Amino acid sequence: MAWRDTRASRRRLLLFSLSIVLGIAALVAISSLGVNLQSTIDDQAKSLLGADLVIHSRDEFTPEAETLIQSVGGEQSREVSFSSMVYFPKSEGTRLVQVRGLTGKFPFYGEIDTTPPGAARQFQQSQGALVEKSLMTQFGVSVGDPVRVGSLFLPIVGVLERVPGETVAFSTIAPRVYIPLEAAAESGLLRTESLARYKVFLKVPDSFNVNQWVSENREILRESRLGTDTVDERKEDLGRSMENLEHFLNLGGFIALLLGGVGIASAIDVHVRQKLGSVATLRCLGATVSQTFSIYLLQGIGLGFLGASVGALLGVGIQYYLPGIISDFVPFDVRVEIVWGAVLRAMGVGFGICFLFALVPLLPTRKVSPLAALRSSFEPVPVGNDPLRWLVFGAIGSALLAFAISQTRRWEHGAGFATGIFAAFLTLALVARLIIWSARRFAPSRAAYVWRQGLSNLYRPRNRTLLLLLSLGLGTFLVMTLYLTQRVLLTELIPGGANDKPNAALFDIQTDQLPGVRAILKTNGLQILQEAPIVTMRLSAIKEKSVARILKERNHGFPHWALRREYRSTYRDTLVDSEESIGGKWPAAKVDDWIPVSVEEGIAKELKLGLGDTLAFDVQGVEMKLRVAHLRKVDWRRIQPNFFVVFPGGVLEEAPSFHIFTTRVASAEESAKMQREVVRAFPNVSIIDLTLVLETVDRILSKLSFVIQFMALFTIITGLIVLIAAISTGRYQRIQESILLRVLGASKKQVMQILLVEYFLLGLLASITGLVLSVGASWALAVFLFKMKFAFPLLPVLASIVIVSSITIITGLLSSRGLLARPPLEILRAEA
Amino acid sequence: MQSPLMLDVRNVSKYFQSGDSQLTVLNQVTFSLATGSSCAIIGPSGSGKTTLLGLCAGLDRPSNGTISINGAELTSLDEDGRAALRSQTVGFIFQNFQLLPTLTAVENVMVPAELRGETGVLSRAKELLDRVGLGARFRHYPAQLSGGEQQRVALARAFINQPKILFADEPTGNLDTENSEKVISLLFDLNRSAGTTLVLVTHNLELAGMCQRRIRIHSGIISEETYS
Repeated sequence: MAWRDTRASRRRLLLFSLSIVLGIAALVAISSLGVNLQSTIDDQAKSLLGADLVIHSRDEFTPEAETLIQSVGGEQSREVSFSSMVYFPKSEGTRLVQVRGLTGKFPFYGEIDTTPPGAARQFQQSQGALVEKSLMTQFGVSVGDPVRVGSLFLPIVGVLERVPGETVAFSTIAPRVYIPLEAAAESGLLRTESLARYKVFLKVPDSFNVNQWVSENREILRESRLGTDTVDERKEDLGRSMENLEHFLNLGGFIALLLGGVGIASAIDVHVRQKLGSVATLRCLGATVSQTFSIYLLQGIGLGFLGASVGALLGVGIQYYLPGIISDFVPFDVRVEIVWGAVLRAMGVGFGICFLFALVPLLPTRKVSPLAALRSSFEPVPVGNDPLRWLVFGAIGSALLAFAISQTRRWEHGAGFATGIFAAFLTLALVARLIIWSARRFAPSRAAYVWRQGLSNLYRPRNRTLLLLLSLGLGTFLVMTLYLTQRVLLTELIPGGANDKPNAALFDIQTDQLPGVRAILKTNGLQILQEAPIVTMRLSAIKEKSVARILKERNHGFPHWALRREYRSTYRDTLVDSEESIGGKWPAAKVDDWIPVSVEEGIAKELKLGLGDTLAFDVQGVEMKLRVAHLRKVDWRRIQPNFFVVFPGGVLEEAPSFHIFTTRVASAEESAKMQREVVRAFPNVSIIDLTLVLETVDRILSKLSFVIQFMALFTIITGLIVLIAAISTGRYQRIQESILLRVLGASKKQVMQILLVEYFLLGLLASITGLVLSVGASWALAVFLFKMKFAFPLLPVLASIVIVSSITIITGLLSSRGLLARPPLEILRAEA
Repeated sequence: MQSPLMLDVRNVSKYFQSGDSQLTVLNQVTFSLATGSSCAIIGPSGSGKTTLLGLCAGLDRPSNGTISINGAELTSLDEDGRAALRSQTVGFIFQNFQLLPTLTAVENVMVPAELRGETGVLSRAKELLDRVGLGARFRHYPAQLSGGEQQRVALARAFINQPKILFADEPTGNLDTENSEKVISLLFDLNRSAGTTLVLVTHNLELAGMCQRRIRIHSGIISEETYS
């Protein structure tokens, strides 16, 4: 009976079952990807680290550290890495890169991928360089061309494609150039005050227990300021990152599934309303409530099962493409296999959600009276306060919450996500209702007839306007929030119109190089906007308690990074324009043994320091006792040197230091010329210009937003399916109206215009619904999360309105084709 | 002097293809109506009367024969041409009222005039609603009106363009006796005062008897014609 009852509406029901297909496909593909990522990590764990153990330090290894390293035994490979400019003579291009001086057979497991293959094994012998692919493309150089690193010219012997354990996104932020370790030493770039990172990669015999060694030597490693990476740690870190990635994508897929669920509920609602007469007739013929309910429940189950099965098939197909989408953020090639467990789990979730959503419109069929069969007029089924209905709503809410918590792993995050989704759906529905009400309330009575008719069609009985606004609005909301947020981030990085703001910074200038760099800037007509000496130092005590002692305590309450990091401090006598005084007096002369300093408010909070508190720094072997005399607020977003700790003049002048200049270049050409001249004369000086920063941020954001947009695509396509299906449910009514209008004398053009107006208004209202929310969400993100200004972007907003309206018109007209081909006589036949 | 012809139906046939066989719904039907006259088409279900009404009103093309309304031959016009003719000359009343559910009573009445591009028809529409006794309910939507009230709105709509000929398909088919009488009375009053030619399809012999002429259709042919 359930099957026979669908006869007249199978096509429409099938179309609606498609609305959950993409949500389920996304869950299947992503869940399978998660399992595949984990199994790849398990298989390739060693090659992702390239060694059994890595010991690293911010300073050159001390003799004590060397003794500790030698105690491990096995095979060693060493690396020193630092930021520096490189110069390509062929194109006269310069660029700030991460230089890595390597010796030994790293990686012991896996390969550094290069073109030609094997270059990574030869560059040390041939005294050549391996250069990141993106750099080679940017500067138009090829294998065989020279690259200058510091004072050395090296031939490029290979193109760097992939380094074990590192992502493409990482190389976008810091393009890498590998050179032999001895070349790094000879380049003149490594001075005692240079900022470098030292690593030793170790391959140990199978019998050596790395984890046990790290655990036993934890104290010595900490005291020597040595960090370690083990295969298990890397596996755990990567596993966690990949799990986060999977859960993030899964939540995106889940939104599509929920929208599909709303689509299914809507389809069943329309279907059941049309069947109320049949239900009443069946009841008259002796069918029980449970029998009639079962007929439509079985149809709902069938729809869910069909959607889940097609979704699973599609998801299995999509999972082969997913690794390509996320490849920039995954440091290995993912091996893709069908994971049946994940497929069945995702199908179960999808089917469950679909079933619950279908129950909402099905429950009222229990209340249909047999008497309705005798009444010709349509009478809505009383919904009332059906406790079962509330139970179903509760189950949907619980399912949403349970899924969100299972993906975020923390109940407060899960609850936040579930509440956010609920709030987004609710707000979209409310905004949509408000817009529909306003359109009806303030409809222009003097507008042309086709406009008024098109508008009034939006609230025809049993209209799907709310559903359409919800589905289209959700898609618009997701895409536009992403776009507007990306725009806010990029706009904020571009300095305002004022020409006195710096847009280029030169750093690592040694004291003896100051006159030379100043002269180059002067000959290029560039003004030094800020000059800051920098002295590196480490925190040694807080409130007279040594950092070593603090680190031994289990719950010391300080963040590790703040205790162990290298502080780069400066000295000067005034605040700069990126700073604001928030307490105390600007540090002046030394009082007794204590040096007064100005501390940035954020780090003061982390180190629990207030005005008058003491701290001590180890300034390259010399202990300095400081007292917090002044607190500052710093605008870290400015492209200029900013500092945690500022000393007064007369204290650090004799300490080994380097310097930073900031300047303003008028154009990319001017910047390139200045960079060429500085790097030629002083290869150790590094230069960042804002164009490069913007380019890098833009590239990373684009890569990220591509992944997010890919996930949003599932929701958008689901929205379109719901749109097509919803339009098709109103098709019969639309045909009747069109025929009636033609009988009353309307031309085909007029009927078409009315349809156009209806779809245009739907698109317009949907885009406004989504935009109202997305502008609100981007504003909130900009103001509260990123602490940035939000400017209303008129053009993109207008463009999105045009695009969404056009999509709706095209989809609507395609779904309505054939409408005008019906002869007007049908109206009499329908009555006969 | 004889009144000029408003409707002229000559040798009209209509066939439908049903699988391999051809179904003849109307066969060589010929009749004509003078301006201002009234005619009822009666006959059993499936006899072809609704098809004949649709063809006469230009809602479909005959397979053979010609139909002219007010001298304009329908068979030579395309769909938009026939729509324009309907808009200028023809009014309709349906069994199921066929009001647009999204428009108020007065907006429904205005539709045919607005489709012709006319503006400022609100007062005329309100006047017509007054005449059918619904002046106070012009802002109500169809769902807020009873069946009889909806049919009266449809009557007002049919007369907004001052049609020369009015086609009514079972105008009382969905109404109770009291409402039927009201609608019939209004229909004939409006018809008389506007001088409109009336063609109606009905099973109701009492209603048919109020027309000047009755054409009985049986199996697609005119089996009987009577005059009052």
